[in-house]
Order: sequence, then structure tokens, then C-alpha cells
Amino acid sequence: MPLLDRTGVKPDAFTRDDPAAPAIIVPLASLDEALANRAQGQRIGIDVPNTAVPYDLPTQGGIDLIAVSFPKFGDGRGFSIGHALRESGYTGTLRVSGQLLPDQFAFALQCGFDEVEIDGERLARQPVEQWLAALGDVTLSYQESTDGTPSIFAKRAATR
Amino acid sequence: MYRYDEFDETIVRQRAAQFRGQVERRIDGSLTEEEFTPLRLMNGLYLQLHAYMLRVAVPYGTLNSKQMRMLGLIAEKYDRGYGHFTTRQNIQYNWPVLKDVPDILDHLADVEMHAIQTSGNCIRNVTADHFAGVAADEVEDPRPTAELVRQWSTLHPEFAFLPRKFKIAVTGAAEDRAAIAVHDIGLQILRNGAGEVGYRVLVGGGMGRTPFIAKTVRQFLPKAELLGYLEAILRVYNLEGRRDNKYKARVKILVHETGTEEFIAKVEAEYSRSPKPSVQADPAEVERIAAYFAPPEYETLPAISASFDEAQAADPAFDLFASTNLFPHKAPGYTALTVSMKPVGAPPGDASAKQMYQLADIAERWSLDEMRITHVQNVVLPHVKLDEVHAVWTALVEAGLETPNAGLITDIIACPGMDYCKLATARSIPIAEAISARFADPVRQREIGKLGIKISGCINACGHHHVGAIGILGLEKGGIENYQITLGGEPGTDASLGERLGAGIDGDAVPGAIERIVDTYLDLRTGEDEAFIQTVRRVGLDPFKPALVAPPAETADALA
Repeated sequence: MPLLDRTGVKPDAFTRDDPAAPAIIVPLASLDEALANRAQGQRIGIDVPNTAVPYDLPTQGGIDLIAVSFPKFGDGRGFSIGHALRESGYTGTLRVSGQLLPDQFAFALQCGFDEVEIDGERLARQPVEQWLAALGDVTLSYQESTDGTPSIFAKRAATR
Repeated sequence: MYRYDEFDETIVRQRAAQFRGQVERRIDGSLTEEEFTPLRLMNGLYLQLHAYMLRVAVPYGTLNSKQMRMLGLIAEKYDRGYGHFTTRQNIQYNWPVLKDVPDILDHLADVEMHAIQTSGNCIRNVTADHFAGVAADEVEDPRPTAELVRQWSTLHPEFAFLPRKFKIAVTGAAEDRAAIAVHDIGLQILRNGAGEVGYRVLVGGGMGRTPFIAKTVRQFLPKAELLGYLEAILRVYNLEGRRDNKYKARVKILVHETGTEEFIAKVEAEYSRSPKPSVQADPAEVERIAAYFAPPEYETLPAISASFDEAQAADPAFDLFASTNLFPHKAPGYTALTVSMKPVGAPPGDASAKQMYQLADIAERWSLDEMRITHVQNVVLPHVKLDEVHAVWTALVEAGLETPNAGLITDIIACPGMDYCKLATARSIPIAEAISARFADPVRQREIGKLGIKISGCINACGHHHVGAIGILGLEKGGIENYQITLGGEPGTDASLGERLGAGIDGDAVPGAIERIVDTYLDLRTGEDEAFIQTVRRVGLDPFKPALVAPPAETADALA
């Protein structure tokens, strides 16, 4: 499935198909097995449903990527999971996997996600230009972003 | 009043432009209707029975004259000359055309207004006591808190797609005029034993098909910790609130199904896990916002106005108005004046464009340029000199806005009902009109005293019938509208939910039943100082039950 980040469409270094590939994503339940069989330098990511308790996820110990499922764009649990993972100190890649609208892209990035994996039909209907343009729709935020972009409150404080 | 700085202004302008783009992307097919729906809802745009409805935010109900004139202009230019004040202190327009909505949003941005989060499964416009800054029983003005919450919740990236809508109300007074116990979160500003200011935090109140009075989750939250604590509540709700059934998706159901103690434990665990110091508002920022709500420059006036007293003695109509529609102001020589938007026989909460202009003129001249929309769908002129009440009343008479019924039986809350709403199962407005016509005599209304009738046209309870001293719920039964009557609801201090009096009745029978209920109350009350709700609480529902059914003679009359 196509992958994009704040700069545009990019190749996906990870795969779910080949457990011996240099970068793999496995279901959360298969993580122990993947870690046990981990090849030298192999990067491992996990697929996490949006019903997961973020604080129970293995954020330490060399997990390179967490892909949080967004089964429907109206289901916003993933935003809290992403935000909570960043607050818990997770520094690996965070991926949205599933249904997201370009209009939600900025929210996802603010909550700590790095990239979005969506289906090809959506990208055809909502081409990458729309995704990137949507990021510029609202350039300010009252809330802190996990990427360190200052909030409006912080900007006001800076001028005091 | 709060004034936008460059940041507030930019966000509102950009949101309006973003919406324009979203409409274009809907039209060119980039967005499906299913995808566009939550986006337009988050900007207050509903698809109703006949047309789109646009709900404009009036944060905590506060408006200046310039803003009210713009609301009038929008009514005139883009609606059919009307606006409708809502139970959440907002205004909605029932006839805008989709292509005009981006232009309307630009007009609103010109006067520091918007439609952000007036709908959708997100944190809605924050409401507050409409007598904020006026009432003598206030610990602290709730508006700075409400404004802080407005900013914090605006386009919140984590909480824009919650299980369901989320409503927050704030009161700063001992008497709760903001109905905080029937909100998703209710905040009451209070002092602790050490004299420090903080909040009592309530969660899980609400109406709808499963009404609940909110539970206290924190007896005292230090003022500085508000935003971090709200984030903790919202995160627990966002992660754990039900999404399998939209009728069970509000936080009230989560609190109920989880159990209050367990819910509190989850919130506290979340709060302690990530104390979120950077989310907490900077005290300097809190001060900056509060400064906008500093009391205006009141003149030093005597507490009593001779000209006011004389006018009251001279003119019975003015006397009736003044003794009904005024609320004591903490500044001597001033009063807060309620302009009733419930004239006899008209839809509750409606205002014509012309009336909006007239209200703006009156507020500019006589109320320090300020108005409040109340959750009872009226307009308050918060700072009127007693010396000038008669002049204000004269101007209101000219505008047809002098109905002397604030808090009385014809000051009815009603949802739009089947006349406008696609969810409604019965009509509300005609029932309200018929009741207000039945009790039109202002002297009789005064005699009956404080009594809140609230009417909903379906089980979703937008007319707040659960907390009406008399609640009326319109349902549909075998193709016929059928109305259930409840008694004993109260939205404010000592909030309670009404109980059903008996089987539903026909719409035609409602005014008569209400009249017999009121007559029963007048017979039973210990005196004029025992309000309807107090009598119901004292004697229970049983003595009122016979009133529901018309006596045979009346039935015969009705058929004749």
C-alpha cells in the first residue's frame, strides 16, 4: 500500500510478506517470535490494533516501527495511542495504517505519527498534492505537537 | 470580552479557508459524502429536513453589538430573515445554501466568530453561566476558564474524532445557572479550605435517551491543573468510550458501565502517568485571558434609583416586566436584564434580523456593548443602569421584545422538532406555542411563579425535557404524535431528572393537561414562596397523576 509522510509519497522499507527481509512488520502477537529470529541489523515493526492499551505496548527494546490501525477514519482512538506512545518515550517510527483523510493528516503528525499507509484507491481519489496541501491549511495550533512545534500558548509566552 | 490576538485570528481565518477547500473537494468528488459529513459537522453544518443548518458558536454566550449585527446581517442575507438561539448559547440558521457557507464563515471571522466544533464528535462550544461577572454569588468569573478551554479544545488533534460529542460547561457561582450536572464535563469554580481557587469536576451528565446526572470525579482540582486533567479525562474517554453503538457512546455511558470509582481510578492513573506539565496553562496566559474579563468601568451609583421606582409605580406593564425580567447586579445601581425570546405564540428562541439589529443598538447604548445568550434561549443585557431600565424597556416594546416572562411558565425551552429536524418524531414548536397561548396572561404567570417547561420532539432530548420542572417528550405512536409528561426535573443546583407522570397523551390534550397540573400545584403549594419544583419534591407525583387525564366534561367540550 502507498506510504506517505510530510514530504510526499515514499518507498516502504518495511514488508509484512517476508520474515527474512531487512525490515519487517509483524502482528503484535508474533513479536516475541520475530525478536527471537531477528537477523543481524534487521529492523522490526509491529502492527497494533487501535483497541490496544498504549501503555502496555513494548516501546523499549528495539522496536523500530509501530503501525497503529485506523479501521475507519471516524474512529479516533489511534490519535490517543500515538500521542500516548510519544509521551511514554517511544522514539521509533509511528505509522498510521488504514483509513485516514488528508484533512486528518496534520492531526496525525501532531499526535506523533511520522507516516501514513493508505490504500491505493484513496490515494487515487485524494492525490498526494491534496495531502500535502492539507498540511498547510491550518498552520497554528493551540496544542503542543510531539514534534516540538511550539503551541500558540508557547508562542505567546515567548513574546512576554 | 475576550479579543482575538493574531494567533486566534489566524486560526479562525485559516479554518474558514480550509472549509471552503473542503466544500470544493466535495464538489469535485475528492471527498465522498461519507467523508465530507464529519468534516462539515465539525464546522457546524448539518443536513436537516429541508435544507442545511449552520450552527454558529457564541463562546459562553457572550456577544458584542458588532457581532450581533453581523448575526443579523447573515440572517437577512443568507437565511429567511431569522436566526434561532439554542440551548447551548449558540445561534443557528435553518436555511443557508451550501455554496454560501464559506462566505458566511468569512463574515463571521470579520467579527471574531466562527462555527468551529459546534457539531461533530468533538469537544463542542463551551458554555458558562449567563450572569458571569454579574452575579453576587460568584467565586470567580467562569468566562476566563471557558475561554481557556475554548482555545485548548479548538482543533485538538487528539480529540477531534471522539466516540461522540463532548460538552463542557462552567459555573463560577454557588447557584448553578449553567446546568453543569447534565454536561459531559461540568466545572464549578470554588475555594478550598485554604482559600485557594480550583474546580469541582463533574463527569458523565447528559440527557438524550439515557439521562444521567454527572458524578463528581474531583472535589477540588487546583486551578493550574485544569488542562492536564481535562486531557486525562478525554484520553480515557477517547480510548475506552464505546464506538459500537452511537446511543451508548457518550461518556455518561462509559462512567455508568465502568462504575464511578473505577472511572475515577482510570482518570487519576492517566493523569499521574503523564502529568503533562507542558499542557497545563501558563499562569501568565491565564492572567492574560482573565484581564479581558475584568469588570467594566461601572459608574458609582446609588443602589436605589428613584426614577426606576417612580416608573414602576406609574406603569403596571413596566412594573410587571421589571419585577420579572431583572437579575440583581453586583455593581450598585446596575441590573442584568433578560430579554425574553419567548413571545406568546411564537417559536422559542427565534429572533428576526431586525430584532438582532435592535438588540445590538440597545446593548451598545445601555449595556456597555455586551449581550449574553442564555441556555434558556433568551438574551441578557448584563450591565443596565437601573436609571435606564425604563428607556431600555421602551425600546424593547418597540422591538416586540418586552415579554415579561423570564423564568415563568411561558419561558419554554423547545427543540425545533418535526418542523425542522430530521430526527424528530413529533412537533415541539406548536406545542410550545399552544402552551404559551394558554398561559398568556402575565399576571397569572406571575402568580404561578418560577416554572420551567421543556419540550423535546424526540428521545434525543435536545429540548432538555429530562430537566424540565414539567418535561414534555414528543414521540410517534402508530403514526400519531404522542406526548409523555414528566415532572420534577431541575437543571441547576440540586439537579434532578423528571419522572414520568403516566401514559402519553395527544398533542391537542397537552395544554389542558399542563393547566390541570398547574392548578393542582396551586392547590397544593404551601404558599407563593414554594416553587413548583419544591412542591413536586415535597408531595411526589401521585397527587398530579389525575391531572393527566381530561375530566369527561372537558373532553366533551373539546369534541363539540
